[in-house]
Amino acid sequence: MNPPILDIHDVTVAYQRKPVLWDIDLTIDEPRLVGIVGPNGAGKSTLIKAILGLVPLVSGSIEIFGKPVHQQRRQIGYVPQRESVDWDFPVSVLDVVLMGTYGRLGWFRRPGAKEKGEAHECLAQVGIEDLARQQIGQLSGGQQQRAFLARALAQQADIYFMDEPFAGVDAATERAIAALLRQLRDDGKTIFVVHHDLRTVPIYFDHVVMLNVRLIASGPTDTTFTDDHLRRTYGGRLAILETIGQAVRDQERTA
Amino acid sequence: MRFGLDYNAALVLQGVSLLGAAAGVIGCFAVLRRRALTGDALAHAALPGLCLAFIILREKSLPALLGGAALSGILGIGVIAGLRRWTRIKEDAAIGIVLSVFTGVGTVLLSVIQSLPGGSRAGLDSFIFGKTAGMIQEDVHLITGLALATLVVVVLAFKEFKLVAFDPGFARVQGWPAFAIDFAMMLLMVVAIVIGLPAAGVLMMAALLVIPGAAARFWTDRLHVLLIVAGFIGMIAGVVGAWLTIVFVKVPTGPAIILTASAIFVFSLLFAPRRGLIARRWQQRQPLQPPPFENL
Repeated sequence: MNPPILDIHDVTVAYQRKPVLWDIDLTIDEPRLVGIVGPNGAGKSTLIKAILGLVPLVSGSIEIFGKPVHQQRRQIGYVPQRESVDWDFPVSVLDVVLMGTYGRLGWFRRPGAKEKGEAHECLAQVGIEDLARQQIGQLSGGQQQRAFLARALAQQADIYFMDEPFAGVDAATERAIAALLRQLRDDGKTIFVVHHDLRTVPIYFDHVVMLNVRLIASGPTDTTFTDDHLRRTYGGRLAILETIGQAVRDQERTA
Repeated sequence: MRFGLDYNAALVLQGVSLLGAAAGVIGCFAVLRRRALTGDALAHAALPGLCLAFIILREKSLPALLGGAALSGILGIGVIAGLRRWTRIKEDAAIGIVLSVFTGVGTVLLSVIQSLPGGSRAGLDSFIFGKTAGMIQEDVHLITGLALATLVVVVLAFKEFKLVAFDPGFARVQGWPAFAIDFAMMLLMVVAIVIGLPAAGVLMMAALLVIPGAAARFWTDRLHVLLIVAGFIGMIAGVVGAWLTIVFVKVPTGPAIILTASAIFVFSLLFAPRRGLIARRWQQRQPLQPPPFENL
């Protein structure tokens, strides 16, 4: 039997003795498009960062395709939150996308014609090939997000982690990103997406991870994204939940 | 006034040109990583170490003085990091404290050295404003060699520096030792600052680190061009500044270098195409173009 794509075992993460993730167990066996949802401070971003080795684990272990994460760097693609970098930095869009190829280039080797060709293809996939030579500061929010996605595509990974790729983007970009995620999933990739907009969860994701410091539920969206789990994830904020439930049903009818 | 350069003066000019280039190039990364003030604190914090090295050794050996300078400079940024981490003091306040305290201690040590037998002849006060006159060959070779080494490392590790300066988190996900690479950038900054102390002085050195990159930013938005332009600006500032002090003997080298760099900065600020003030004012007076129909 193949090892699971992602296997999280007993993971606890704390910032200054305050637990942010508590005893998380999570296994993904099949290529899936996974939405990670939960209220602010639920540890969604921290979960991704813990998997990627960006924050230390207090306890537990994480394996990707049966090996520790640091042995699987080539298999991993990453889209950080857009605000995490300085968009005034003096690089072009193509430069940023090329950074996705740095991992396989290794020390001191510069990207050549092959890498540049790949980077252009990735830009075409996210629909901003014409912006390749622009300085990144000239991009709109949606275009910045597309540039980050193109950089992750350039990593040619099998498993992707994306921190709120839908945050603050226009409707056209949201549709483009959603289509791209589905395409990746259909190509056999697994994608983890930190997501805020509960209305679109059933439309975008076939697997949902519901998180509030503890893991509340993880499973196929159809059977897992239930009112009961939502209530347990989001606590007593029922009024909000009723409206969300209604909105979800509305969205499902129109979709 | 004299215009002809003897061999020693030519050697000094070659040294400060490479020093300026190294400071300008590594200074770009310092600015991009928002470490301009840290660089300034480091330069100021170098003074007490420099003096202590002299007090202990009782001789003006440049490698020893610069070694002491580097150690106390690093101690200075260590104190800044510690104050930030373990107290509620914010970074700007921590930098302000370290900068003035270390400079104060250094100044006191300078007067202690003055009172030592032979101390007044040591001429350590030239490290405040910088002085290239009277530099000996070995010192210039040391500065030139370290400046060259800094430039070589930046050229070699350009890709790695660029990645870590832009997005250290992404670099770590790809498996790069981002902390070590960042530390290397920091270390090169220390080297550039410390070898610049004899010529530019503790008060002025940080400006030679920051101004070339800031001026170059008006001319380009590509990193490799930025480094090249900043390197040239640093080089010109170093050479012109040092030459000015050879011609007008009374002027200390540091201010001459920095005034030259500032002149280039002001020129860039005003006249650079697209990003310069005049070009931007010109663009604002152009009639508006209708927006394109396709809007991503």
